[in-house]
Amino acid sequence: MNRSLVLKLLSAIIVFGAWEIAGRVPVSYAFPTFIESMQALTAMTLNGSIFVAYAETLKPLMLGVAISATAGIGLGLWIGLSSRFEWLFSPIFVVAQAAPLAALIPILVMAYGIGLTSKVFVVCIMAMPVIVLNTASAVRNTPASLKEMGRSFLATDRDILLKIIIPAASPVIFAGLRLGISAGFIGAILSELKITPTGVGDIITFSRSIADYPSMYAAIFSIIVLAVLFLNGLERVEAYLFEGNNRGYVSD
Amino acid sequence: MDMSQIKDTLGDAQAVDIDSAVSVRNVSKNYGEVEALRDLSLEFPRGQLTSLLGPSGCGKTTLLKIIAGLLDATSGEIEIDGKKITGPGDDRAFVFQDFALLPWANVMRNVSFGLELRGVAKSEREDIAQKYISNVGLTGFEKAFPHELSGGMRQRVGLARALSVDAQVLLLDEPFSAVDEQNRRKFQEDLLELVRNENKTFIFVTHSIEEAVYVSDQIAILLPRPSRVSEVIRPKEFRSTGVENIRRSKEYLDIVDQIWSSLRNYVE
Amino acid sequence: MTLFGYKLPGMSSLILWALIWELVGQSGWTFFIPPLSEVFVTLFNVIGTPAFSKAIYETAYAFLAGVFFAVVIGIPVGILIGKSRLLDELILPWVNIFLSAPLTALVPVLMVLFGFGMKSIIITTTLFAIWIIILNSRAGVKQINRSLVEMARSFGASPLDAFFKIYFWAALPEILGGVRIGVIRAVKGVIIGQLLISIVGFGALFELYSNNFMMSHFWAVLIVLFALAFTLSEFLAYLERRVSYYASSR
Repeated sequence: MNRSLVLKLLSAIIVFGAWEIAGRVPVSYAFPTFIESMQALTAMTLNGSIFVAYAETLKPLMLGVAISATAGIGLGLWIGLSSRFEWLFSPIFVVAQAAPLAALIPILVMAYGIGLTSKVFVVCIMAMPVIVLNTASAVRNTPASLKEMGRSFLATDRDILLKIIIPAASPVIFAGLRLGISAGFIGAILSELKITPTGVGDIITFSRSIADYPSMYAAIFSIIVLAVLFLNGLERVEAYLFEGNNRGYVSD
Repeated sequence: MDMSQIKDTLGDAQAVDIDSAVSVRNVSKNYGEVEALRDLSLEFPRGQLTSLLGPSGCGKTTLLKIIAGLLDATSGEIEIDGKKITGPGDDRAFVFQDFALLPWANVMRNVSFGLELRGVAKSEREDIAQKYISNVGLTGFEKAFPHELSGGMRQRVGLARALSVDAQVLLLDEPFSAVDEQNRRKFQEDLLELVRNENKTFIFVTHSIEEAVYVSDQIAILLPRPSRVSEVIRPKEFRSTGVENIRRSKEYLDIVDQIWSSLRNYVE
Repeated sequence: MTLFGYKLPGMSSLILWALIWELVGQSGWTFFIPPLSEVFVTLFNVIGTPAFSKAIYETAYAFLAGVFFAVVIGIPVGILIGKSRLLDELILPWVNIFLSAPLTALVPVLMVLFGFGMKSIIITTTLFAIWIIILNSRAGVKQINRSLVEMARSFGASPLDAFFKIYFWAALPEILGGVRIGVIRAVKGVIIGQLLISIVGFGALFELYSNNFMMSHFWAVLIVLFALAFTLSEFLAYLERRVSYYASSR
């Protein structure tokens, strides 16, 4: 839709323009202009340093997300289906979701050192609660009418689980995955800034320490852009896969 | 409340010899303290459409679901062709008020879902489903999804699904209440034809008096608190007239008025 | 779940977990998990100390200030973009971006711009909370039933009346929902801020205890923090429930 695209571009121009102006004023000695930051970003892309950095950062992220997704969905299904399990495990995840899990990072560092393991752990504790709770809630909220319909046509319990509950729960489970990955991202960055600087976190802390602010902002900009692109991509996949369940956006 | 209550439109009590496909005997249903159904007995003649009509809270959907095997009766029994039922079975098929379609499956899959659950092979069940999809007038929509269909069309899918499993008893739970008026009238006409052509027993729950009188061979009036059958009406004459003339037949209008005057006290 | 016919209350399994914690702690399996009883003893001892009071004060101050700004800026912005299509199309993309972006990455920027003190922590907290508040306020305004608007006009309501007597209440359930989630995010924001920016408040205590391997102290303070976060969240959920009775029939 043309109008929407034009307005998005306009919006971007306004914001980046404001950044540029603020950098020229300058708002602070530590605030580079938009153009300077983009130049630094281009330099890092061209010399490949940013790709090396991301490869490093993505390791705990992908590992952590993979573990969180498998364990999280499995646990969520179990909790959703068994009231005993729900009683046993859901309070833990409910508390975990409300609590600032970042506080646990010092402990993890103490227990597992400053290497990949503790970073993976950080990603996991940030991502799992929302995945588990979303999955459990989706399973428990399967429309009763559909389950009843299944029973009326003599579906076995296994049929109902595989053909009704899981497909019905998929959109919410997927949304939970998306939120989980989002939280995992935060965990990955956090562990790089706090535990040991590696990957992109290293670029940020290092450039800050030598007052190379354009590079620092460039790195942060790239993190945000990547996170947004990836998560939006996931949303599109979600919409495509589940178009049957899409209620449609109600707009003017 | 038993068969001696069956009367024809002129008010005489008539003993009728009925070949019952479904027999409900002394069925009660309690939810804790609440008595949803109390000692209800009713016979459903084979090959005909019986309506369960009554104001909300009279237990008609509860009774239907007990017959379907989706709920257990607290006491009493239900027999289909002389055999007691113990749960859902392939001799009964249910049509839901809110359609209960799988939103992620297209029309073909939804219609063939009942057969899929029975383990019928894919090509065979799709053939059967295709036949009923045309039966209900949805040819061309096989690949459409529920959210792309209107309410009336969605209910046709639900109906086709129930017909495909070829059960001898069809249970319909206020199937047209979520459908607009024009579609509803069309459905009622189609239902009459369906009853005529298919050799099945239909049990139909509704709270619309006119709908019940229009489509039914037998109307069971249920009253609430406690839920019981207060009378059973068998319209005689207009059953054989063409569909266009039913709503103007004197018998139709008389029955509708008669039912309303007994039900109006129960409006909440 | 029921046991011997009695329905067990929702969170009661935590008692079971507490027991397991106690047993694991007593067994001495890992020094990281001291017995729960020891943690509670430490907790009661620690609560009165000046170090602890200072930590609570600093954290609460940053937290409340952060939430205050998030609410005071977020709700009006959300309402504004909910009502104006132009502003919505200009601003919403950014709200969505920052909602899903790893805000932690922005903290270094705040540090170099605003220093290593309370100011940065407050801004971090605000940033964590504000986006969901904006989004939910917008949603609350957008879903206001057309009929309610027409009803207000047909009865001649002034714009001020219309806002305070109708629109505000119609949008309130969503706005409260947004504030609740925003508050939870604010708690995370304030802790992350303290971990990264400057060592004050609870962050300082965590550093102190973990560096000195004072595990009971560490867990004690953690439990206090989690309990506070949880109570706050439940309180807001309660408020939300109080208004939700009319939410579905709007």
